Amino acid sequence: MDGIHDMGGMQGWGTVTVDPDEPVFREWWHGRAFAMGAMSMGLSGTNLDAFRHGLERLHPYDYLADGYYGRWLACAETLLVDSGVIPPGAVEARARNLSGESVDEPADVEENKPVYERGGAGSLREIDDPHAFSVGDEVRAKDIRTGGHTRMPGYIRGRTGTVHALRPAALLPDTNAHFAGENPQHVYTVEFDSTELWGPDAEAAKLRIDLFESYLEAT
Amino acid sequence: MADHSHTTDRPSPAVRAEALESLLTERGLVKSEVLDGFINRFVNDVGPMNGAKVVAKAWVDDDYRAQLLTDGTGAIKELGFAGPQGEHIVVVENSDDVHNVVVCTLCSCYPWPVLGLPPEWYKDPAYRSRMVREPRTLLSEMGLDLDDSVEVQVWDSSAENRYLVLPQRPEGTEDLSEDELAALVTRDAMVGVAKVSAG
Repeated sequence: MDGIHDMGGMQGWGTVTVDPDEPVFREWWHGRAFAMGAMSMGLSGTNLDAFRHGLERLHPYDYLADGYYGRWLACAETLLVDSGVIPPGAVEARARNLSGESVDEPADVEENKPVYERGGAGSLREIDDPHAFSVGDEVRAKDIRTGGHTRMPGYIRGRTGTVHALRPAALLPDTNAHFAGENPQHVYTVEFDSTELWGPDAEAAKLRIDLFESYLEAT
Repeated sequence: MADHSHTTDRPSPAVRAEALESLLTERGLVKSEVLDGFINRFVNDVGPMNGAKVVAKAWVDDDYRAQLLTDGTGAIKELGFAGPQGEHIVVVENSDDVHNVVVCTLCSCYPWPVLGLPPEWYKDPAYRSRMVREPRTLLSEMGLDLDDSVEVQVWDSSAENRYLVLPQRPEGTEDLSEDELAALVTRDAMVGVAKVSAG
């Protein structure tokens, strides 16, 4: 989806500040949000791609305002509510009650975990299909437009690059995130020259981006 | 951030975290001690000290270095480092002519087994947006000035491969032991936004 998460090449964000003494978790709740976010995938019967899509589905204001661990927390809630593990509104009601208010908490709902086939643990898969592309081939990133999850960054749509390396095959996030099948595919690291992406005045650089076979077409 | 219904009057994330944990524990779905253990692992056991050991070994052992550059995942596992966000780790080597730097524009993918959880700057929209578009300017702002003759290679971790930069061994470290070398290796150098200095 074309969302706030697809940040490559956006302008106007200012500079980056490095705190050399940054703790792993700056706030006590960051660690809790991290742990519950990681566990929410198993508890909701979903997967890592659905989790990433859950982050993307947050309202853009919240995506930015919540920060990284705030997003993990909100995403955990989204997946757990979608799967009926906790009822809608339960977190907010409990939070209000913990804050001294007295509000009714919603009753539990029926579980609604997704039903789908899994090809094993993790994301890497063995496949027999021959590679469509070889190292050195010129390829174009397709002009993919989807309202769902994809791992093709918007900034390379329609741009031409060269296959730099073949990587292990992996399940396709675009379908796995929606429980519509793993569709494992070959993965390629494709090199793009910075001028192909950002125009003739771009800073000299090579961009190397990992792309699923179905994101690519021959030139 | 006015004029939108999504954050208005929403309880703070701290209290929502407490609320979610209580909802899950009372349903018997998680135990607070399990969350504690998970957190402690990433605070104490999984972090850039792991990657530093990998880099130091590669600096002193050419066979290991060669293996690391062809089979990063396997070579790293030999030192005992594996786990989530480390299914396939690719190690990319800096030289006098090439500088590698890693980013994840779509979220904040990062090689957890060797670097731990990503620092705030890596997750910052400024880093995610700019490293692919103006890497030299951004690296300079972060304190790393590269000569125009150096090729910059930016790796956007958009699938499940995770990248670790093998920095250059600084001059003047010939007499240091592997452990002493590891102590010099920083997280920022292994992401590619800094070089390792001899201390």
